[in-house]
Amino acid sequence: MQHISINNNQSIALSEIPELIYSEFMKGNLELLSGKPERHCVNYFGYKTSGSIKLICCIADDVVHQIFVSSAIVDAVSILPSFTAQNHNFEKFEREIHENFGIPYSDHPWLKPLRYAHDRFDKSQVIGKYPFYKVESEELHEVGVGPIHAGIIEPGHFRFICNGEQIMHLEIQFGYQHRGIENLFLQKKKLLERTTLAENIAGDTAVGHSTAFVNLWESLCGYTPDPSLDFARTVALELERMANHTGDLSGVCADIAYQLGNSVYGRLRTPIINFLQEWGGNRLGKGLIRAGKINFPFTQTLADRLTEVFKAYEPDFNEITEKLFKLPSALSRMEKTGVVTYDEVLEIGTVGMAARMSGLNRDIRASHPSNLYGSILHKPVIKHHGDVYSRVQIRKEEIRQSIGYLKQLIANIPEFKKSEEFTATPLSDRFVISLVEGWRGEICHCAITDHSGNLVIYKIKDPSYHNWMALAQAVRNNDISDFPICNKSFSLSYSGQDL
Amino acid sequence: MFDNFKIMWHQGKQFIPNVTTAKVPGIFRGRPIITRAKIDEAILVGLCPVKAISSNPVCIDLGKCTFCGECAIQFPDKISFTTDYKLSSNERDRLIIKEGDEAPIIVNPDTIRKEIHRLFGGSLKLRQVSAGGDNSCEWELNSSNNVQFDVSRFGVDFVASPRHADGIVITGPITENMAESVERCYNAVPNPKVIILVGTDAISGGIFADSPALNRDFLSKHTVDLYVPGNPAHPLTFINGVLSLLQKTKI
Ligand code: SF4
Repeated sequence: MQHISINNNQSIALSEIPELIYSEFMKGNLELLSGKPERHCVNYFGYKTSGSIKLICCIADDVVHQIFVSSAIVDAVSILPSFTAQNHNFEKFEREIHENFGIPYSDHPWLKPLRYAHDRFDKSQVIGKYPFYKVESEELHEVGVGPIHAGIIEPGHFRFICNGEQIMHLEIQFGYQHRGIENLFLQKKKLLERTTLAENIAGDTAVGHSTAFVNLWESLCGYTPDPSLDFARTVALELERMANHTGDLSGVCADIAYQLGNSVYGRLRTPIINFLQEWGGNRLGKGLIRAGKINFPFTQTLADRLTEVFKAYEPDFNEITEKLFKLPSALSRMEKTGVVTYDEVLEIGTVGMAARMSGLNRDIRASHPSNLYGSILHKPVIKHHGDVYSRVQIRKEEIRQSIGYLKQLIANIPEFKKSEEFTATPLSDRFVISLVEGWRGEICHCAITDHSGNLVIYKIKDPSYHNWMALAQAVRNNDISDFPICNKSFSLSYSGQDL
Repeated sequence: MFDNFKIMWHQGKQFIPNVTTAKVPGIFRGRPIITRAKIDEAILVGLCPVKAISSNPVCIDLGKCTFCGECAIQFPDKISFTTDYKLSSNERDRLIIKEGDEAPIIVNPDTIRKEIHRLFGGSLKLRQVSAGGDNSCEWELNSSNNVQFDVSRFGVDFVASPRHADGIVITGPITENMAESVERCYNAVPNPKVIILVGTDAISGGIFADSPALNRDFLSKHTVDLYVPGNPAHPLTFINGVLSLLQKTKI
């Protein structure tokens, strides 16, 4: 099939993306994926252009480190065959296209609202009336949870169909967190406004999303960042990963009622986020990542502080981790709980930890490296059982890996130049795709500009977008009492999904 | 068994003994101080991503500010952020810091509803509702009850059901899709009850303020008892705000 093959963060002229007729576009993209686990769809979206809808599909190949981009022009009324009927990777993408533009698909198996976006095509679809899957049976019952959950977490609605204690089916409904971010990216014209938006897509991934944004933005403006900026972004990404993984280990311990683990991991997260504050003034790394500059250079003093933090963190982390991974009562809750197999994750098209837990090697740091990851030569942590235990093990090992990378990075701090205002403006008629491995997994931002350099679309994809389906799959045939630990072991984002 | 004791021993004392006087590490951006230095106010006002700065005299509205720090970077002689994390107030106007203001931000004891101290002074149970929150304020509220900040030592707890709660804590700009749930949750809390807004998104909508996907009608219908600024709000900002609201004299 005709497509253009590009690198992560490479900016191309929009006209270089081949425009195909829909049937060829569909056949070609499905063929690209067929029998190729090293490829997956990183983004597939549409936008309005002079009365019709342009669809753009981006397939990443992790072996050749390239992204294959193609497009098709369709109208919103003709009935189209869906990609999803043949490959479930596209399930969410096509639901979103349907929700936004009303494109009717003839054979999409699950064409339900995705996030009740404010500018959705069909306003008669309202969030209180989501068409949940139903099973008529006297033996089965439904359990509804949410949108407001028991703890201090974001809202979403979970509908279980259970046979006694056993979950047969889980459907997750989203949209409660929808703030209209993608449209705000177009509405707000100032760079700092857009950077702030990126930081607030998912506040637990402020560094991940803002890095995806600034990498994209610099490329769109034809600007090459100083190595010191790449350094700072890489350091911040690994700190964010460590902090969230540590926090999640605490959460998993809470959900298996292991109080000591909950407290120790919980308090171990503090020095990491406090270090982010010492560096940039915010515990979650907001305000730190900026296009073309950094307001808070990384200094030798900070490096010394981080070394001290690790000196205190490591022995305590190792001690509790050794205990947790030997504790029979903990292991019995984690092992073989919430299993998703390799074939299933491949079919869903999961990314990040939710792929690596089941032997599917997906890690942008290794496959499409940006910033300093090319020189780190990252080796993804891969597990094979796809259960809670695998997800917990990944966190444990990735924390140690991040500490290793950070020590290596801060041994060689580049010189930071005096910060100057970023004045470059986007080039006209361009397309850029930016991939970053956030702590959950692959973050993807895409942007297109018009002939005067204005944004015509800003497309955001959080890893959770793919991975929620894996959670729904994981809990099948598990006891409903294991739902919290399954959920926590995935630790997905609602705001990142709802935008 | 002994390993458990060993692990506990190795943690040392983690809790912050006095949450009202504790120092935060590094360069935390807390209460700003605005000098009377002459600068080009139009540029200053224009650079803020959330229209938190107004001119003549220069003011920063902490209910809108995302604490990005850009104004202080561009105009260091005009604006500086102190590490004072006591930013909460029961009066919206007190979040607006004017040129020359150096006084701490307080919860005004004269305007707190009288029954709050009497009924909730010893124990306040809160139901948290995230309504478009990005999970940063949610994380910080969770941290408020970790072993370091330990807000439950003051009788302040987060509970699972609104029916067990004395009030709600809202984070996020209140999306249209969550508006009904917020209202229903509030209605499920028995009277009398308090409303606390945590984070800039909840207080003003933050960077989302002009998004059509929000519905903030709830806030025009009900009285807010406490505003807790921050993006996200720091656990100490939240804890000190709540303690002042409850008029706790013994910490
Ligand atoms: S710190 Fe606050 S007032 Fe200053 S520019 Fe940022 S948002 Fe505006």
